[in-house]
Amino acid sequence: MQLRLVLATAAVALLSAAPALAIDVKIGVLNDRSGVYADLSGEGSVIAAQMAVDDFKAADKGINVSIVSADHQNKPDIASSIARQWYDQDGVDAIFDVPTSSAALAVSQVTKEKNKVFIDSGAGSTDIVGKSCSPNTILWTYDTYALANGTARTLLKQGKSSWFFITADYAFGQALERDTAAIVKNLGGTVTGDVKYPFPGSDFSSYLLQAQGSGAQIIGLANAGGDTVNTVKQAAEFGITKGGQSLAALLVFITDVHAMGLETAQGLLVTSAFYWDRDDGTRAFAKAFAAKNNGKMPTMVQAGVYASVLDYLKAVDATKGKDSKAVLDWMKANPTDDPLFGKGSILANGRVLHDMYLYQVKSPAESKGAWDYFKLVDTIPAKDAFQTVEQSGCTLG
Amino acid sequence: MPVQVLFGQLLLGLINGSFYALLSLGLAVIFGMLNVINFAHGAFYMVGAFLAWMALTYLGVNYWAALVLVPIVVAILGMIVERTMIARLAQLDHLYSLLLTFGLALMIQGVFRNFYGVSGLPYSIPGELAGGINLGFMFLPNYRAWVIVASIVVCTGTWLLIDKTRLGAYLRAATENPVLVGAFGINVPRLITLTYGFGVGLAALAGVLAAPIYSVNPDMGADLIIIVFAVVVIGGMGSILGAIATGFGLGIIEGLTKTFYPQGSSVVIFVIMAIVLLVKPAGLFGKVA
Repeated sequence: MQLRLVLATAAVALLSAAPALAIDVKIGVLNDRSGVYADLSGEGSVIAAQMAVDDFKAADKGINVSIVSADHQNKPDIASSIARQWYDQDGVDAIFDVPTSSAALAVSQVTKEKNKVFIDSGAGSTDIVGKSCSPNTILWTYDTYALANGTARTLLKQGKSSWFFITADYAFGQALERDTAAIVKNLGGTVTGDVKYPFPGSDFSSYLLQAQGSGAQIIGLANAGGDTVNTVKQAAEFGITKGGQSLAALLVFITDVHAMGLETAQGLLVTSAFYWDRDDGTRAFAKAFAAKNNGKMPTMVQAGVYASVLDYLKAVDATKGKDSKAVLDWMKANPTDDPLFGKGSILANGRVLHDMYLYQVKSPAESKGAWDYFKLVDTIPAKDAFQTVEQSGCTLG
Repeated sequence: MPVQVLFGQLLLGLINGSFYALLSLGLAVIFGMLNVINFAHGAFYMVGAFLAWMALTYLGVNYWAALVLVPIVVAILGMIVERTMIARLAQLDHLYSLLLTFGLALMIQGVFRNFYGVSGLPYSIPGELAGGINLGFMFLPNYRAWVIVASIVVCTGTWLLIDKTRLGAYLRAATENPVLVGAFGINVPRLITLTYGFGVGLAALAGVLAAPIYSVNPDMGADLIIIVFAVVVIGGMGSILGAIATGFGLGIIEGLTKTFYPQGSSVVIFVIMAIVLLVKPAGLFGKVA
């Protein structure tokens, strides 16, 4: 009798503890693990994805999440063949991160074909949610419009109206120059010229000299990563800023500032979706992240991977399944909310709206230690930071 | 195009040419004496820049000391590599040493990438060389002027050493006929090891010179080495003077391309290489074998 009671109690306990239905979810983090963007995405993005899974306590909610990762080497053909294999053979349900706009556009295409979910954090071309938009693709962290909008608008307000561009000659650089030049002209500024150099470059002195000769007040750098680091370094060497011209590096990651050193980078304006030292939520995340990532603080791309995985898992939990359409519809219908990007929403074209921030790089005297690099200049509210669906040229929604 | 801008661009070309000359000189010396196509040259250049950064960051060794010490350290590393690996392939086809050095380069880069990432590390211009001079047509940073001077001095010194001294004569003789030179009581294998050390030491010197200008990152050598090989081929494999003159000359041509047609600047050197190979297969300064 007593034994039967014990067994019955145990059975009830087991039943109530076990979730009604376990869902197996497989997510893929696809990014650059060995090239120029490996530091700003790479293994750090995988760590961020794992942290999102842990923080969401997915297992307790009956969602078994496994994470796979791969190196797309910044090449669209490699990216699309990995995506295809993941979807077709490995049972991957959603792909995250994917820096390099050309690779992101390729993955977006495959995802649409296979009706899966693609949430991009690393790439920046507005075309991903613009003329090449897809119902299966979401762009989380930033885009070329938001970068241009943040930095260019502020500089024009300060009366810096004539611009010269030094542009990396590929999809991203061209988009960034195009979007920035449009804003400059809209606000009554002028573009005196540009130089498009083969990507990637290492010696920028020749282009800087041309920019100097143009007499423009602002030299806009439509490039990223190591190219930006070298341009800024060499501009300081050639006394560009001492001559009265200012640099506008349009995309700067915190890892770039780390590579330049504050002596060189001080005073730069940086438009960013995320900075680790913004509030308690971001600091707590960053501290835990750095402990797992050789002491390196998260970039906005890695933060975007964390937030996007979190939101995706919320959708899986809410819809009690991983049907791509149901999950995407839920994500677009419900506001986003996480400790890193705050409250936001997702437009029909896949553009995530959240606040953007304009920072200025601290001088060595202002910085209190390693990774203490930015001070806040301005907050750009979510509704003003990005293009609307109509402006984007996307025909969805 | 105003004349002032043109002068500026010529000068910038000369600065880049300084690096090409230093690197291709080391390659030419090694090829001339060892018949080894040293694909690890870019990696040793990168190691030079990294050692300068490490010396400053971990040990507080300043730029000037690094300029002397780093090439010596790298030369010793190079000699160890030559003794333990490259020497074993001396009797085989060129291809084997090419593959060995290429593999070494990939491994060295991989190790640095693993520990230091790809974003690069900052290295400041030494205080003595900060600032610059206004030449009227352009602002010339003192550091870049120093790079040109250093490169010319080192290149001339190396050329004199090999072409005008007794040691250089031994080296050239050992290339022609190692058995006979050995018979005169000269230790040919040691001569070869020293030459390899000297060659990669030059690469490390270029690395230290480059550290304050470019970001110190694991791929800095891989980006440059292909261009430098083209320089060596244009100048004529193994020709010391050819490597130096072509290095500076191509730097200037590349600089001008960046001004007049920037999109072509990444291929101009290879176009020239193709033309030179068609017209003069042994290179501009090479002797027909």
